[in-house]
Amino acid sequence: MTVELSKHRELGLTDAEFELICEKHGREPNAVELAMFSLLWSEHCSYKHSRKLLRRLPTEGERVVMGPGENAGAVDIGNGHAIAFKVESHNHPSAVEPFQGAATGVGGILRDVFALGARPIAILDSLRFGELDSVRSRHLLDGAVRGIGHYGNSIGVANVGGEIYFEPPYEHNCLVNAMCVGIAETKDMVRAAAAGTGNAVVLMGASTGRDGIGGASVLASAELGEGDEAKRPTVQIGDPFEESKVLECCLELLEKGLLVSLQDLGAAGLTSSAGEMASAGGVGIDIDVARVPLREADMAPFEIMVSESQERMLGVVEPARVPEVLAVCEKWQTGSAEIGVVTDSGRFRILHGDEVVGDIAVEDLVDGCPLYDIEPVEPEGWVYGNEATLAAGASAEDTLLALLGSSSVASKRWAFEQYDSVVGSRTVRRPESADAAVLAIPEAGNAIGVSIDGNGRRVACDPYAGTVEAVLECAQNLACVGAEPLGVTNCLNFGNPEKPTPAWQLDRAISALADACNALGVPVVGGNVSLYNEGPEGPIYPTPVIGMVGEIPDPEQVAGSAFATEGEAIALIGPFEPTLAGSQLAKLRGELGAGLPQPEVEAVAAACATVRDAVREGKLSSVHDISDGGLACALAECSIGSGIGSKVDVAPLRERGCSPEEALFGEGTGGFLVSGDRDTLDSLGATAIGKVGGSTIEIAAGDRSFSVGLDSAEGAWQSLADRFSSSP
Amino acid sequence: MIWGVLQFPGSCDERDALHACSLLGEARLVWHETRDLSGIEAIVIPGGFSYGDYLRAGAIARFSPAMEAVAEFAAAGGPVLGICNGFQVLCEAKLLPGALLLNEDQRFLCRQVDLVADGPKSELTGDLSAHRPPEALSIPVKHGEGRYWAPDEVLDAIEAGGQVAYRYAPGQNPNGSARDIAGVSNEAGNVVGLMPHPEHAVDPLTGSTDGLRVFEAMGRVAA
Repeated sequence: MTVELSKHRELGLTDAEFELICEKHGREPNAVELAMFSLLWSEHCSYKHSRKLLRRLPTEGERVVMGPGENAGAVDIGNGHAIAFKVESHNHPSAVEPFQGAATGVGGILRDVFALGARPIAILDSLRFGELDSVRSRHLLDGAVRGIGHYGNSIGVANVGGEIYFEPPYEHNCLVNAMCVGIAETKDMVRAAAAGTGNAVVLMGASTGRDGIGGASVLASAELGEGDEAKRPTVQIGDPFEESKVLECCLELLEKGLLVSLQDLGAAGLTSSAGEMASAGGVGIDIDVARVPLREADMAPFEIMVSESQERMLGVVEPARVPEVLAVCEKWQTGSAEIGVVTDSGRFRILHGDEVVGDIAVEDLVDGCPLYDIEPVEPEGWVYGNEATLAAGASAEDTLLALLGSSSVASKRWAFEQYDSVVGSRTVRRPESADAAVLAIPEAGNAIGVSIDGNGRRVACDPYAGTVEAVLECAQNLACVGAEPLGVTNCLNFGNPEKPTPAWQLDRAISALADACNALGVPVVGGNVSLYNEGPEGPIYPTPVIGMVGEIPDPEQVAGSAFATEGEAIALIGPFEPTLAGSQLAKLRGELGAGLPQPEVEAVAAACATVRDAVREGKLSSVHDISDGGLACALAECSIGSGIGSKVDVAPLRERGCSPEEALFGEGTGGFLVSGDRDTLDSLGATAIGKVGGSTIEIAAGDRSFSVGLDSAEGAWQSLADRFSSSP
Repeated sequence: MIWGVLQFPGSCDERDALHACSLLGEARLVWHETRDLSGIEAIVIPGGFSYGDYLRAGAIARFSPAMEAVAEFAAAGGPVLGICNGFQVLCEAKLLPGALLLNEDQRFLCRQVDLVADGPKSELTGDLSAHRPPEALSIPVKHGEGRYWAPDEVLDAIEAGGQVAYRYAPGQNPNGSARDIAGVSNEAGNVVGLMPHPEHAVDPLTGSTDGLRVFEAMGRVAA
């Protein structure tokens, strides 16, 4: 078997990388080996442009049970239990085929979590599309939401939260990031490292077909462009029923102690899962492709090795226990086959019956890819477009309604009502009823708060400040439900790292992520990097999506975001000094530009602690963090949620140096809008600004007092569904 | 009282239903391949996507060995409660009248709704509907195929016969169900199916305890 010289380029390898492969390998790789190298040396699998930068992140902490390098991260939640979680992207498949792309994104992240032996209990998602007035964006949104719902609803894992932003730079390259949270008994958890020479390698779950071939290299590690429709066959097809069976099967196998290790098959299929298991365990592995159950009889060995067919898991099993493993698979009516063996050779050998069709040193395949230094160059000023959609001089009333109705601020009820948020009977706070999702953990006698966040527009304005803000936003969301952060996962969605501006954005964002997590004392226990997110018009907004999990001692003591009762006081907590830079209002006015104020991390952390303690002590009747659309929008959301109006004067923000407009609609980190008993709020050092009551939202800002009826505010805020269905 | 909760490959809510039943008595899972219901006094067919539901919701599960046993159990007067997919299975098995179609707007919907117990004939719901005006139960729905449908003459007959067990409160019909019907019983009143999920409404922490009333009413049939 010889290979044409240009073949490696088609598979995404550079000439230099191909030469390095030949040198390490001692000869030119054959077709099977080249296919395997091209995938594991792809950006998606090797992290070759990001791995060096990721070393900056803090990954250790007292509560860390599993950190980066495993299928997912995990933190201790007490009473012998751990919470496993991870966020991952499925951007390019979703841009090509949104339903299956998003569905299999959910399927993949679920497998990462149950591969540790954790039962998935929640899904959150973070989505980005172009503006809603584009047909393409509505098609992608509709498909992605249906796909996420289809997979999660069918498998019975609650979808408890998330976020959706609509911005022009995502028009061609949407983002679909899915996060899964699971619970495990720590003693039953399993790692991915293969071990034990002579142990059997068992493939479980679905049979292997031709779907998703080349997904990691052709689709995930290159920019999108013309002719992407032709890439549809590289998108995988999801089957949540199969996953449901293989999930229950794997959890039963682990509970019975029948597996030495377990790994899911994701990008690059058998090649990456078997290769990474062998690499992590410092062993070799032989795989016989003739023993892999196939959907199509005539598949070539290389196709079997790189297929990304979904719903498959790879386990290492002691030979004597193989029959028991196969019996459990039989019970769950899911496929199983002993396809290989762990060896001490350090080689990854591919056999087809008795014939050796590929033979690669595990180390060369998994760790041989060169790691590149990126070449960041700070661009001069704002590099994205921004057209005004709100008339200059619009009144404060019209501005508030325009902001509430803007697709990124508006309620996402249309989307989250398509997801089962209650299955599992753990959901203490459902979507939009609090700033973070809250899940009861009766196994440990407590609860967790979970948040996912990442405002790409603000990161585009200032990659460092914007990323710090994303981490702080998660911490603030957790504080709102009384949760103390335990760990962070992240999905870094950026453009082409070989270009100077995306390289600079990536470099700054990772430094910010490291600094913010260090300052908060929260370790990064896992994550994912998605690069080459570009369309013909250029890169996406740099979008680090942060997922954070925190501990809540008592699920009974969790505030909601809606005001509670007529007459209670409204106040501000935190070092909130909003400006219009990077705000939703600046976007509507076409005034976006480079630069954001640098967040004061310590002061925000202190405010989070104040709020967290107050929530835990039941001192606040409601708490909402101030983010998109500023104080006026936060106030409207708290009123809409309760059906009770509010009346405030923003004078205290004016005293902090804000203009009336900044006080009303400016954005910035560190602000909490709380309600409760006036004396209690005073004792917390909160700044009183008004009262709950009436049927209007009334705001005084210097000489600009105005009011908006609760009905019209709600109409604007709940306009997403109408705009989705009535658009041409 | 011993409750049996059916478990099919693809069931989603069996653990939640098991928990709800365990609040009222002893509860155990019944694997789909068994015909043995010995000792079980009430059956719950839980929500989910039995066998993937790729053909038509509930169409395959009705042929399972466990469902054959449930049909005999029901014929002998044993109480059977089908929730969501369980309701679909009972309709497919002809143990209940009517059918569940795709939601009116063709989308899956998850939302807390108010239900009113309706059928005075059924012992299952009798005490709930005894209140005038009927007491509302706050219980979540979550389904893509929950639009109750039957021919008009069947709807007339089940209304006349007191077989409408639950209706969505006025203005809250989430899926276009005929005559706001959320749940129905058989003529004898011992088999009930409903689309809303009482097993997700048994704890104030997660929103409501009204679902327990549905299980309790069921328990009275067994007693």
